[in-house]
Amino acid sequence: MSRVDHAEASSRFIEAKDHAEFHDKRLWDLRKKRDAETQAIPEWEELRSLASAIKEHTLSHLGDYLVEFERNATANGMVVHWARDAAEHNQVVYEILQAHGVTTLVKSKSMLTDECEMRPFLANRGIETMETDLGERIQQLDDEPPSHIVVPAVHKLRGDVAEVFGRTIGTDPGNSDVAYLAESQRRQTRPYYLKAEAGMTGANFAIAETGSFVVCTNEGNADLGANLPSLHIASIGIEKLLPKLEHLGVFVRMLSRSALGSPITQITSHFRAPRPDSEIHVVLVDNGRSDRLGMDDFWYSLKCIRCGACMNTCPVYRRSGGLSYGATYSGPIGVIIDPTFNLRKYSSLPFASTLNGSCTSVCPVKIDIHEQIYKWRQIIAERHQLPMVKKEAMRLAGKVLSSPRLYRAAVEAAAAGIEKLPRSLVYNPFNAWGRQREVPAAPAQTFRQWYLKHRRGGSR
Amino acid sequence: MKVALFVPCYVDAFFPEVGIATLELLERLGCEVDYPLEQTCCGQPMANSGCHAEARDTEALFARNFAGYEHIVTPSGSCAHHVRDQLTAIGQTAEVTAVRRSTRELVEFLHDVLGVREFPWAEFPHKVGLHIGCATLRRLREASASEIGEPAFSKPARLLGAVKGIEIVHPERVDECCGFGGTFSVDEEPVSAKMGHDKVADHLAAGAEVIVSPDMSCLMHQRGCAQRSGAPIRFLHIAQVLNGSAA
Amino acid sequence: MTTTRDHVLARVRRNQPAWRELPQLPSFARRADGRLEAFAAALKRMGGSFAAAPAGALDAFVRARFPDARVICSATPEVAGTRSTAAVRDPRELADVDVGVVRAAFGVAETGSVWLSERELGVNAIAFLSQHLVVLLDPEAIVADLHDAYRAPGFGDARYAVLMTGPSATADIEGVLIRGAQGIRSLTVVAVSAPAAPSVDAPRRSA
Repeated sequence: MSRVDHAEASSRFIEAKDHAEFHDKRLWDLRKKRDAETQAIPEWEELRSLASAIKEHTLSHLGDYLVEFERNATANGMVVHWARDAAEHNQVVYEILQAHGVTTLVKSKSMLTDECEMRPFLANRGIETMETDLGERIQQLDDEPPSHIVVPAVHKLRGDVAEVFGRTIGTDPGNSDVAYLAESQRRQTRPYYLKAEAGMTGANFAIAETGSFVVCTNEGNADLGANLPSLHIASIGIEKLLPKLEHLGVFVRMLSRSALGSPITQITSHFRAPRPDSEIHVVLVDNGRSDRLGMDDFWYSLKCIRCGACMNTCPVYRRSGGLSYGATYSGPIGVIIDPTFNLRKYSSLPFASTLNGSCTSVCPVKIDIHEQIYKWRQIIAERHQLPMVKKEAMRLAGKVLSSPRLYRAAVEAAAAGIEKLPRSLVYNPFNAWGRQREVPAAPAQTFRQWYLKHRRGGSR
Repeated sequence: MKVALFVPCYVDAFFPEVGIATLELLERLGCEVDYPLEQTCCGQPMANSGCHAEARDTEALFARNFAGYEHIVTPSGSCAHHVRDQLTAIGQTAEVTAVRRSTRELVEFLHDVLGVREFPWAEFPHKVGLHIGCATLRRLREASASEIGEPAFSKPARLLGAVKGIEIVHPERVDECCGFGGTFSVDEEPVSAKMGHDKVADHLAAGAEVIVSPDMSCLMHQRGCAQRSGAPIRFLHIAQVLNGSAA
Repeated sequence: MTTTRDHVLARVRRNQPAWRELPQLPSFARRADGRLEAFAAALKRMGGSFAAAPAGALDAFVRARFPDARVICSATPEVAGTRSTAAVRDPRELADVDVGVVRAAFGVAETGSVWLSERELGVNAIAFLSQHLVVLLDPEAIVADLHDAYRAPGFGDARYAVLMTGPSATADIEGVLIRGAQGIRSLTVVAVSAPAAPSVDAPRRSA
């Protein structure tokens, strides 16, 4: 499987100037809104510590909480299934749908189902899945994955959406008025809620104490899908567990503030038991999570509540777009999770970072993202997944920089090179630094040379 | 007070004036400054690339060169951060631990150890955009970060603000990363260059005539961008301004 | 043969990190007064409307507010409307509802949210299929924040409970805020004290 080349993909993203500029501004705006909301709460940092501690406790007792959740959910009348990986998740979902004669499924946003690549699996078996979240629907119609876990089509401008809708759902391709486009999707989707035999959601949180799960949305699509058909399937990653209902006070307060800078999503739904004459099926999914749980340095990534705040604050993400990461999860959280899915394929991602650390600061559950990025780099180097050129450069650098004599020779040679070579040779295709920047001029002497000349003494 | 000066490799090679300004400033403030002649680098370029093993000998050399000093000062926040927080490719002997603990970036040293608040020999009647590198900001905690709701503070601003005639102006994105990031600047050149150009444009729009920073690596990158685009803006390390060596 | 359940649980148990303690939730100090004002302000910020109790009948109030509404479906005996949720057999029947009317169990001052379960909704879908929703809320039944909300006893019994905060919304296209996405286009909270005792005709069917 070939490596994702984040740098190359970013270069293409940046070339589309209007799109790139909008993308950066839009997500920075979300970061600013997040700042305003969170800084209006004096206890915000305390909430972060609590949220982090609750999640770490839960993950350290995850087996017990999963069993408690299953017991209570079952007692409530829900049916609980388990799936060890993506393939089994898809098969379980398919069998539930098949047993109920479902041919049309309406689905709200669930990164887990994207991770499992559920839609094509079901499509190959005759079940049509309609994405109902507006951003996911745009992406589905454009046959492109979502680029951001909260705002899936953030990389598109209204003209792009008008073109996609014009091509697929029969709107006027020349009308890019946003209200018109949103209303068109509303009208086109509404009949599907009424005719669908099943609705599918993800879950933001699953509460062990009550055997219930929570779905946080803004559009109304999840609750239309869950409350009209008589079959509701919820795919839930095992790391979504929380011990008690009261913990939602912390997490619901933090989720939308972190994601969008609003105090709560427009709709926060709690499912504890099916309606009479209806069924709720929960699929608890592992797909690598239990493996990650055992990684001493990286299990903290399982605390993630999928708010996307790290993406919004990441200057690299904002200027390269989620699709350049080539994975379901992009941005800072993607960079530390994706290598667990495929180390080789995603080996460039931990280097798509300046280690500036603002992601760690905004993470509501205090995942030490930048520290995990640093550690992943070590693993990639140790497992020989660094590009050859880089590995060699670092080996050479290590040799030169550990020898005062070799170091001084290299510095003098570099200075001479910059000084004497013609510009066209200095700025050659191999000089990545020099594509869009000037190389520093060579000074008349190094600091060390100046010091020897102007100060006596030197080292002890 | 005896102080050992660590001049980062790229400062030694390309920006000796920063090392000179640092040394002169420390001497002005009464320090006896040693410069261990066999120093090279702190190991950060290899370590930040995940090449832990390749950093070992360089880190060992650093520890040997600076063993026994009570104060080690360097005009580079990222280097100070690396030494204090990440110098782990070598065995953590008592000597190594002491070297790590004793290493400070220049502003930290001036502000926290010497308690300097005035620079009467310096005058800088210009509009200055202050840039604090991300390691200096978030790891060394030299200033409050805008994404955290905390009482505002800034050690570099405090020191700079004491220089006669200076006016600090603020870009819109006060502490967004400038995109240097070490080898990131080469490995992810498209994004790195975009970030650098954006940063320069932001400072320009705020009216800055000069961008000043405790981090020459960031400045090297931003200056490279500005020189290519012809942006009318200068770049100075904070040591140069505080030492009065750049009018 | 191990089931998937056994397999997953075995892996989880084997890999769980060392025991971390569960923190106690502190009680965050809150002002006891001004909840109604805070609620109204928060609701407005989230795109909802707030109205004081009308002088006249609630039915008249609803009709005046939505003069073009043909179908007004009520889940509360306080408003007659043109249809009652008690008469609904299948939630899809509500597809033509212009205005739904419900009474919330309580509101949340911090966010401007109202709490509704199948008991208050009669038919859950009324809160999503209606074009507009009118929510009666007792001004005395407003808790300070979400911590308080999650102590509400209703969560224990409700099969389905929703905190609704303003109308449905999206900003998925170019960040342009659209109020009225796929659910309700507007949400109006009317501050009306709850009736003294529950009416025997109060719709209890959940569908």
